[in-house]
Amino acid sequence: MSRPGAPVTPYRREGDAGRSGLDARLVVRRGGFELDLGLTAGPGEVVALLGPNGAGKSTALRALAGLVPTAGGHIRVDGRDLRPLPPERRGIGMVFQDYLLFPHLSALENVAFGLRCQGMRKREARRVAAQWLEQVGLAEYASARPRQLSGGQAQRVALARALAVGPSLLLLDEPLSALDAHTRLEIRSALRRRLEGFEGAAVLVTHDPLDAMVLAGRLVVLENGRPVQQGRPADVARHPRTEYVARLVGLNLYRGRAEGTSVRIGDGDGGGMVLDTVDHLQGEVFLAFEPAAVALYRSRPEGSPRNVWRARVAAVERQGDRVRVRLDGPPLAAAADVTPAAVAELELAPGSAVWASLKATETRVYPA
Amino acid sequence: MTVMKRLPIPAAAPALLAAAALALSGCGDVDDGGSASAGADKGGKTLTVFAAASLTETFTSLGKTFESSHPGVKVRFNFGGSSTLAQQIVQGAPADVFAAANTTTMKTVTDRGAASGQPTVFARNRLVIAVSGSGESKVKGLSDLADRGLKVVLCATQVPCGSAADKALQAAGVKVTPVSREQDVKAVLTKVRMGEADAGLVYRTDVRAASGQVKGVEFAESAKAVNDYPIAPLAEAPQPALAKEFVGLVLSQQGRTVLTRAGFEAP
Amino acid sequence: MTRPPGTARPPAAGPDRDRGLGRPPWMLVLPALLGLAFLVLPLAGLLVRTPWSTLGTRLAEPQVLEALRLSLVSATAATGVCLVLGVPLAWLLARVPFPGARLVRALVTVPLVLPPVVGGVALLLALGRRGLVGRWLDEAFGITLPFTTAGVVLAETFVAMPFLVISVEGALRAADLRYEEAAATLGATRWTTFRRVTLPLVAPGVLAGAILCWARALGEFGATITFAGNFPGRTQTMPLAVYLALETDPQAAIVLSLVLLAVSVIVLAALRDRWVNA
Repeated sequence: MSRPGAPVTPYRREGDAGRSGLDARLVVRRGGFELDLGLTAGPGEVVALLGPNGAGKSTALRALAGLVPTAGGHIRVDGRDLRPLPPERRGIGMVFQDYLLFPHLSALENVAFGLRCQGMRKREARRVAAQWLEQVGLAEYASARPRQLSGGQAQRVALARALAVGPSLLLLDEPLSALDAHTRLEIRSALRRRLEGFEGAAVLVTHDPLDAMVLAGRLVVLENGRPVQQGRPADVARHPRTEYVARLVGLNLYRGRAEGTSVRIGDGDGGGMVLDTVDHLQGEVFLAFEPAAVALYRSRPEGSPRNVWRARVAAVERQGDRVRVRLDGPPLAAAADVTPAAVAELELAPGSAVWASLKATETRVYPA
Repeated sequence: MTVMKRLPIPAAAPALLAAAALALSGCGDVDDGGSASAGADKGGKTLTVFAAASLTETFTSLGKTFESSHPGVKVRFNFGGSSTLAQQIVQGAPADVFAAANTTTMKTVTDRGAASGQPTVFARNRLVIAVSGSGESKVKGLSDLADRGLKVVLCATQVPCGSAADKALQAAGVKVTPVSREQDVKAVLTKVRMGEADAGLVYRTDVRAASGQVKGVEFAESAKAVNDYPIAPLAEAPQPALAKEFVGLVLSQQGRTVLTRAGFEAP
Repeated sequence: MTRPPGTARPPAAGPDRDRGLGRPPWMLVLPALLGLAFLVLPLAGLLVRTPWSTLGTRLAEPQVLEALRLSLVSATAATGVCLVLGVPLAWLLARVPFPGARLVRALVTVPLVLPPVVGGVALLLALGRRGLVGRWLDEAFGITLPFTTAGVVLAETFVAMPFLVISVEGALRAADLRYEEAAATLGATRWTTFRRVTLPLVAPGVLAGAILCWARALGEFGATITFAGNFPGRTQTMPLAVYLALETDPQAAIVLSLVLLAVSVIVLAALRDRWVNA
């Protein structure tokens, strides 16, 4: 962090002038599981690792920290090769999932811990730690034990503790998952502001797309130990390339073959269908549309939409102020969002038959 | 019988651990398994003898003699410190015969009326200086024990061999500063045998039993502190007739021969 | 510690305390009471037979006080040695995988299984004047351990150490390893982590182990009398004094046992108050 008035970290590492960020290839083998992930993050950039449970996100983070051994690859931070170093000599900062504040130390002593490990005198370490606590708005909690802190406060102490050592790489493991939905919103934006002030590279692990979108400048989606998609959050959200990402961002996603403004989806043996689109493309493509773009009718609609199909309702789920209706194929399995009033009017229930329509202008088509 | 015998620490360094562990697990009951089944067939009479630890070898041998002349009878021994045994008898332990290492201990039993008739002294034991069996010892007599460079162990004053030692040293006018006052005579012997102590005062019978590993140095003043070993059948004996017969065997010529061979003197 | 302003502690999680879980089942209560009775009954026997009238004069005997002092000093010293050597040993067993760890763990419990008298003989064979190491200690430094207070401490350490090691190893295994990882990411070496994170986290386990260790050392008899002998003021601890008093004066033995018992109960209660309420 380098906002005006922020404590100057006393042990700046050599090569600060030429920060080059993180450049890593992580290879970890464990039983039948293999992680093989290339990962870069420029100075000041926050990269989010997103993926389902068991995808290897936390393993990747722990490999960066040196807490699990790597079977190959490299880990360079600002030009320094960290891979042969034990965790304590990597000069990283890590915020753990449930913060792991030392329960026997006060908030201040927790923050001062890393500084003391770097050889700072006790009094000086406590002074700097106090500044960090002030920085995260917890000056008056200096003497509080971790169990006396709320989840949000503990998270801020954990962040201060990680940043106080002046790390060249900051690792955050599900930093918001231990919080309830209400505090989460607030803490998320505060965390975002603090991460913006951090000059080094930061890697964030989360399974919550919203956290990733808000906090990270770039997403790397990990599935089964392999990166499946990466890019700016908005791009990933708009153009998902796997089922997992599509479901995560709430899009219907299909793979098909484009010929001009029509895309054939499915195997072509009568199981699939052809959808009209507006994008002009040829060859293998992804086709995505939002659930809200799907309209449902009791009988076949008249008029403009040309993408019309008959479907069976598989499930009806309330989601906030709207209702998500899952439609079974063939020809097309899809999610549709409608209002509760529409559910009543159409008498939607699992098993009932409906007509679905989709405007061509609501579809997005991009090369696979 | 769940009375635990105090552990006599056996000889020879390497075998020591195993042997001591065995001795403990045995709990001190000396069973002669040979006639056990025969005894059971004939109604299985068991004679229980409480005897001082220093009588372990001789009485075990006499017990076998008794069993062979009394088919169907099994002799069980509880060897231990005389005072401990006396306590157990006074507290009502079921025993037939008590043989103590000194008369004072026997007196605690007779005073309570726990003995049947007057006890008889059947053996006497004399103190000797035990020195390590290997190499030449410079200890020739009691006065040599006053050397402060010498590590001397004695029995604690509370046990018979300790009071006997005090008596002998006093009679000789020798002042000894021991490094330790051990809980019983076997412990003194062990310390000498293992070379931790240079000399100790023990009974002549103990040196005889540990033949080869320690040497005994006799001294004239031991006559001033001779221990009398009394034996008596007990008032509450479950087998009064057998008890009398066993006492008879100990007092017989046969018994005397066994005792003398072990180093005891006749009364 | 006063709570900082504005800390709202969430109400304690878990089921409503007032409701409880119902009556304790007699299947547990009955054996529990029997067990307690079994432990307390011998103590009651001691108390019933205590010659209270002569208690005061017996306590004032210098030999008794000397034995008591020696017992407390040597048990405390033995506990200290156990902590210095046993905590690292427990750490090694709990944290560092090495070939033969199972065997080492079994060896640690040997003094628990070994009859203490045999333990004393084993100590003589190792550290006695003619023992494996003792011979060398004697020749090189002129140090002989048997018949010294140091010998008492060693004998007590030998029998008491397993209690500490087992207790601390259990605490270390139960402790959350991720705190140690967190310390490492903050730049702490393993030594610093052990000192500033691991040890404070397992402190209750260490304390429990130390208390067991101290109590065991205080009551130690067999190994002590075998290895260190019995000499008032130097190696005669309370249990030895009790044992010898039993030979001639059982009432004195009862008094001595009570003194030992009372002192240990007072010390442990005081420690508990100090640590639990700290």
